[in-house]
Amino acid sequence: MNKTIRFMQGNEVCAEAAIYAGVNFFAGYPITPSTEIAESLALRLPESGGKFIQMEDEISSMCAIVGASLTGNKAMTATSGPGFSLMQEALGYAIMAEIPCVIVNVMRGGPSTGLPTQVGQGDVYQTRYGTHGDHAIITLTASNHADIFRMTIEAFNFAETYRTPVILLLDEVTGHLREKIEIPEPGKIPLVKRLRTAVKAGVDYHPYLPREDGRLPMSDFGDVHRYNVTGLYHDMWGFPTTNPPVVYGLIRHLVDKIENNTPRITRFRKYYTKDADTLFISYGASARSTLHLVENRRKRGENVGLLELQTLWPFPAEIVRDACSKVSLVIVVEMNMGQIAKEVKLAVNNPENVFLANRIDGELITPTDLRNTLRVIQGKGV
Amino acid sequence: MASKDFIRKRFFPHIWCPGCGHGIILNGLVRAVENLGLDRKNIVMVSGIGCSARISGYVDFHSLHTLHGRALAFATGVKLSKPELDVIVPMGDGDALAIGGNHFIHAARRNIEMTAIVMNNRIYGMTGGQFSPLSGYGTMGTTVPYGNIDHDFDVVDLSLSAGATFVARTTTYHVHEMIDLLTKAISHKGFSVLEVLTQCPTYFGRRNRIGDAVQMMETYKTGTTRIGSKKKQENPELIERGIFAQKELPEYCREYDSIIEKAKRK
Repeated sequence: MNKTIRFMQGNEVCAEAAIYAGVNFFAGYPITPSTEIAESLALRLPESGGKFIQMEDEISSMCAIVGASLTGNKAMTATSGPGFSLMQEALGYAIMAEIPCVIVNVMRGGPSTGLPTQVGQGDVYQTRYGTHGDHAIITLTASNHADIFRMTIEAFNFAETYRTPVILLLDEVTGHLREKIEIPEPGKIPLVKRLRTAVKAGVDYHPYLPREDGRLPMSDFGDVHRYNVTGLYHDMWGFPTTNPPVVYGLIRHLVDKIENNTPRITRFRKYYTKDADTLFISYGASARSTLHLVENRRKRGENVGLLELQTLWPFPAEIVRDACSKVSLVIVVEMNMGQIAKEVKLAVNNPENVFLANRIDGELITPTDLRNTLRVIQGKGV
Repeated sequence: MASKDFIRKRFFPHIWCPGCGHGIILNGLVRAVENLGLDRKNIVMVSGIGCSARISGYVDFHSLHTLHGRALAFATGVKLSKPELDVIVPMGDGDALAIGGNHFIHAARRNIEMTAIVMNNRIYGMTGGQFSPLSGYGTMGTTVPYGNIDHDFDVVDLSLSAGATFVARTTTYHVHEMIDLLTKAISHKGFSVLEVLTQCPTYFGRRNRIGDAVQMMETYKTGTTRIGSKKKQENPELIERGIFAQKELPEYCREYDSIIEKAKRK
């Protein structure tokens, strides 16, 4: 068997994985540090008949992928902080109108234009709460190239399964890092195809009537069923309504279809957690430094472990609570002011044992930073 | 197929005020589609937000009612991903040219095949009568209680310089001309813009003391003239109607097809 081993940048891996997942439409706008995803797909998409368009801004990029998804395509965009802010309006639209699509946010230091070429993980809350109104969202992340590949495909699969936009939250370090990756054989990773309606022409098709399992079969624009799509509260026909029971039913559906499937959406990795007494929780580039420290400490016989989260939203509270139940110390490692640390504190039984190890200066958090934090927590001084 | 088959009865009654010009445009639109003999399943109506935007729900085509100003951006995704579809984008003046101004000029620049209909009533109707970028200096609106100091611009001039390959203007008074221009705009192979002056008696007419719907339509009769007419030379104040540009230039989706060919040969 011929193994396809490549030496690539994380952003390029994301683009390759999207091709593997069957993406055939990309709309975007140049922004550091995500631009390589657009560049890669500008080159790769037309090779297989796919479409790439550079739009006038991130607002229109997000709108364009919604339009492309409605004609039956797997569509995505990629951006970074300021561009992600501009996408919030149409992201909410995609949530409301239940349009499958993937949005990659390669995080840089924020707020505002912040640190365009440096790392940060400050957009965790923005992926969850960035667009207005109550809603649920799926946010995935990854710390290495093999996982960027897998999580990009998961993002497309979840988008189709739950008829929703999915956010892949990477960071400048993993996006720009070059490392080895073995590209999986075609067909090795299962892909979720779009669920299309079996309703025949001439028979009423209800685009917004969920099946018993909560899924909604779609019909492509250009196909026989003509229906309305709107960002307003709508009935099963897609027609605007303010009828309270219908409004209530829709908001419940939008939230429940994701929150009630949290176990199915949760992805994580555990390293040395079985007998751990001190547990680190991390994700993205921070998890790389954490794993390095954990492995060193293990060699010295210390009972430390790492829970690497790959699904950030819906927050996997049960997994976190369970992993923290038998340890005396929990340290959340992230490059922000404690966004996931706050969620961990809410999830666990003993929040007083949860500490934050962070860096918020645009530099990658290092194993030495973690060692120093650990010494402070243990009362040993730096 | 008769024009009545293009209407979604379930969506009625419509939200427009008595005397509103938007219904005349809806009428013109379904007649143009009937003239062209288009298949309903190949038509996608993409609209933004506002009184005008509701037009997409009233027609029995694929309809995408989107965000304020963003209709052309959504429409670009629809069209480029499935170029065989006929994409029609009705917009209000504020929708198309204030919040959506950037999308408007760039869609025109790309010359992507779709029909932009600017339903210009010179006011934000749905929010209750605020001035728009097309209200014009000296007009009255709820957010210009002392008179408007904002200048308007000309939709036709803007479209021409942005690169639209079909540009035309008409009014709700000139119904047969409107149907003719809509027919030509929809069948044009490129980005087409049709500006339709349409009356808002409830807000623009009342605030500016122009009168009721009939009196407003009278102004379209007396205040406009065909392009290049003698009347225009005598009275430069008159607004010209007709086709300002109609040219064949490389269209975006077809251009992209050649990119695909190039990439496959690589």
